[in-house]
Amino acid sequence: MSAENLSQQDERIRAESLATKLMKKPELGAIGGVVLVTLFFLATADSAMFTLSGIMNFMTPAAQLGILGIAAAMLMIGGEFDLSIGSMVAFAGMVFGVFTVNLGLPLIFAIPLTMAFAALIGALNGAIVLRTGLPSFIVTLAGLFILRGASLVGLKLFTGGSTQLRGVRDAVEGDFLAPLFSGDAFTGLFGWLASIGVIDSFKSGTPKVPGIPVEILWFVAIALVATYILVRTPVGNWVFATGGDTNAAKNSGVPVRGVKISLFMLTACAASLVAIITVIDAGSTDARRGFMKEFEAIITAVIGGCLLTGGYGSAIGAFFGAIIFGMVTIGLTYTDFDQDWFQIFLGGMLLLAVVFNNVIRKRVTGER
Amino acid sequence: MTQPIIHMESIKKHFGNVIALNGVTFDVTPGECHCLLGDNGAGKSTFIKTMSGVHKPTAGEIFFEGKPLSFDSPREAMEAGIATVFQDLAMIPLMSVTRNFFMGREPTKGRGLTKRLDIDRANEITMEEMRKMGINLRAPDQAVGTLSGGERQTVAIARAVYFGAKVLILDEPTSALGVRQTSNVLSTIARVREQGVGVVFISHNVRHAMAVGDRFTVLNRGQTLGTAVKGEITSAELQDLMAGGQELAQLEGSLGGTI
Repeated sequence: MSAENLSQQDERIRAESLATKLMKKPELGAIGGVVLVTLFFLATADSAMFTLSGIMNFMTPAAQLGILGIAAAMLMIGGEFDLSIGSMVAFAGMVFGVFTVNLGLPLIFAIPLTMAFAALIGALNGAIVLRTGLPSFIVTLAGLFILRGASLVGLKLFTGGSTQLRGVRDAVEGDFLAPLFSGDAFTGLFGWLASIGVIDSFKSGTPKVPGIPVEILWFVAIALVATYILVRTPVGNWVFATGGDTNAAKNSGVPVRGVKISLFMLTACAASLVAIITVIDAGSTDARRGFMKEFEAIITAVIGGCLLTGGYGSAIGAFFGAIIFGMVTIGLTYTDFDQDWFQIFLGGMLLLAVVFNNVIRKRVTGER
Repeated sequence: MTQPIIHMESIKKHFGNVIALNGVTFDVTPGECHCLLGDNGAGKSTFIKTMSGVHKPTAGEIFFEGKPLSFDSPREAMEAGIATVFQDLAMIPLMSVTRNFFMGREPTKGRGLTKRLDIDRANEITMEEMRKMGINLRAPDQAVGTLSGGERQTVAIARAVYFGAKVLILDEPTSALGVRQTSNVLSTIARVREQGVGVVFISHNVRHAMAVGDRFTVLNRGQTLGTAVKGEITSAELQDLMAGGQELAQLEGSLGGTI
């Protein structure tokens, strides 16, 4: 027994330092990025940015993008891309608009039907990718154009010539499910906090921030659930395995096809959730909704530590990636910088993230 | 002689007008290492894929523990106890040893919505099984990419044995390994055999086969050239059989017997 214990230590392996252990976490880069960006804006931006209302201001776009980004990250870990996710926002928005306005369905039917419709298209994307063996990049690029075009054609068809469908807010007004998908949550709590002076309020006594926009709650909840699934369930293991090596996963009994199709359905559903939230919020839907979001979602996932080759990444990383995104988009308005620096900043972040991820991957696999 | 775990009788496999296997008979008994030798293109891969349920034979019968059986999928064969370690090892370098070990067969705890990976137990089992095979992992969350080729092979074998393999098919496990790693893998095979598992060892390296094999079957152009028991055949004879005899004899002249 003692001999066995002795042999348990290999003299050639040094103990890992804490730094090395941290380096192995895919989300490290994104967390570091949040810290850097925060420091940058603390130094350059108006102090209003980090008040409660300032934070809500940048968290709202971060949340909308993040919901897409987390789904994109899971799909990317599973080894595929979905470039149709932005167009899907427009398409699902149109479908939702038609259900609520043209058909007058209550949300309890309109939302599941919209989701089901989107999931079906997602499943179709996945099936085409699996059946043809073509890269998902090209298959969903086709989807990007088809869905964007279908949104335009469809909107004109259902509105009689306009590319905007109005009247969604009136249609869902008073629906018991509406508070779940629009407006602010915890308004009572925020009102009370304002009344006792913990948070800022207007002279009339109403709080400056009426509550937490619901999309932020969805964003946080989805990040938590996605992380739990990835790290702590068999399904999560299947996602990593499928993306890491499809053939190896298949040979080990992982239902690779099911995993991939489900992930495509997931991104489509995430897109329709964003569509539903933003369409109710705006009260109308148009064909440009979600424009370029597919690329932003992928950038979010990459900043969050996902490898383009699949099999590695994290949902919590995409969560922080989206926050970086929101901070930079909105944060620049609080500074003296020209707004248009945004895209330069974004491209730079992406490049940095990809290089960084590559180094990390080599560390993890011990590649030399 | 004990009853074979799996017995393949006159297996034929045609792909269109290509005859990949033309009547191969092969069996393996518990605790035996049966080597399947053959040169590239001899039909070794097709044969083991038939045995592991990937291909259905065009003709011929498969008896599993005495009963005729036909596998519809690799999964069925796996559940019956036929585990195959392919050359790609079915290992994912970016994932931890534990996650690879339990890939597709994750242990869970809890029920319903709280059903989750039992990561502690998975880690424990992985460390324990690897220790049994003579490999000490730094940590169970060590990525497989950091292991050497021989260690990866051992993880794959340990995994198959842990999940109740009765027949373990190893597809050229030593072909890409160095001397020391090869001997580690060969000793792992010996260890597995002692546990009563029937090992099918595919190789084109006669020396590796001679080191662990109990019986040797040579495959050439889709046909078996006969089965020999250890001690009844020399490695030179096996070598000749594999290459189809005469061709190699010619080569040997010019190379001075270096093969």
